[in-house]
Amino acid sequence: MPTEWTVRAITRAMLPVLLVLTLVELGSGLVLGSFEAQLLRYPSLLVLVPVTIGTAGNLGSVLAARLSTSFHLGTLSFSPRDDELAGNAVATVALAVTVFPVIGAGAWVATLLVSGDTSLALQKVVLIALSSGISLAVLAVAVTFSATYVAYRFGLDPDDVVIPVVTNVCDVLGVVVLFGVAQVLV
Amino acid sequence: MTVRDVAVEAYKEALPALAASLVGGLIAGVVLGGMRAELRAVPGLLVLVPALLATRGNVYGSLGARIATALHQGLIEPRVTGGDERLRAAATAALANGVLTSTFAAVVAFFLLTFLGSRVAPLPILVGVAIVAGLLSGIVLTVVVVSVVFAGYRRGRNPDTIVGPVVTTTGDVFGILFLLIAVRTVLAVAGVF
Repeated sequence: MPTEWTVRAITRAMLPVLLVLTLVELGSGLVLGSFEAQLLRYPSLLVLVPVTIGTAGNLGSVLAARLSTSFHLGTLSFSPRDDELAGNAVATVALAVTVFPVIGAGAWVATLLVSGDTSLALQKVVLIALSSGISLAVLAVAVTFSATYVAYRFGLDPDDVVIPVVTNVCDVLGVVVLFGVAQVLV
Repeated sequence: MTVRDVAVEAYKEALPALAASLVGGLIAGVVLGGMRAELRAVPGLLVLVPALLATRGNVYGSLGARIATALHQGLIEPRVTGGDERLRAAATAALANGVLTSTFAAVVAFFLLTFLGSRVAPLPILVGVAIVAGLLSGIVLTVVVVSVVFAGYRRGRNPDTIVGPVVTTTGDVFGILFLLIAVRTVLAVAGVF
């Protein structure tokens, strides 16, 4: 089941996925481009973009890597009552609630130090980060479970498929969720 | 293990790495904010940014996950000997896939923006930036991923938890940094001709 370790075998398993994900990411790039004016008006939002996307991707990829190893070791079952699944889901949301307020405060302070800009209040940036973070954690859990299950059903190695899919979907969701939240709160 | 045990273990394992990657993400954001001149000089580059950064995460995240699983299964030893064929093949494949995918992103972005009637830099500029950035960041990320996963594993850390954050953090910071270097290099070379 795991991919053979040759350049050809790894490329055959990965390249098609990478090319499809690139198309998805370009869509995310177009969304980002369309909000360029708002990003430039509120620099703290611009600083928030990579760190929000990155942290959402991290939450998903840690979860995906844990599930992938449980899967390879044979300790994972796809039942809603599986303790491994439930425990990892709870931890993902708890991690988001812990780190996203820090991200908001960090982005605000970094913007203040670099450009002296305070066009958005500290509380507002923290609230934007936390709301985005909780939404993204829930979405990350849903996407990771689905992707791992699909890989399992199609006999694919989760290492090749799940982590790229989860990270990229979280990237795109990160852009979309952040701006959805910004439209409501800014 | 109960749900609570699993949750507490997963939380404790992931928190330090997430905290470290948070710092990296903020640095990447600040560098991106300082790149406005280059983004203006190369229209279309901003649209490419998520695709190029994601490619770093995808390719080297998968490399890291592959090595982590192989360590768990005892397929490879946590030592860089240079002679390990599996490891060399995995690293070569990662670099080749990374550069190919970056080039593909540049070509598609160029035609997409041309089709949409948006302003876009000449194709050779975008492709040049993608290739230079892909090569430079790929070499650095391969070294970082292999060293960090091996070092973590030897110290009894679960490589699964290390891989994702290390790759996203170093991928974002080095991705944006080498993108900046690549844009400046390509623009300088293009200016000569």
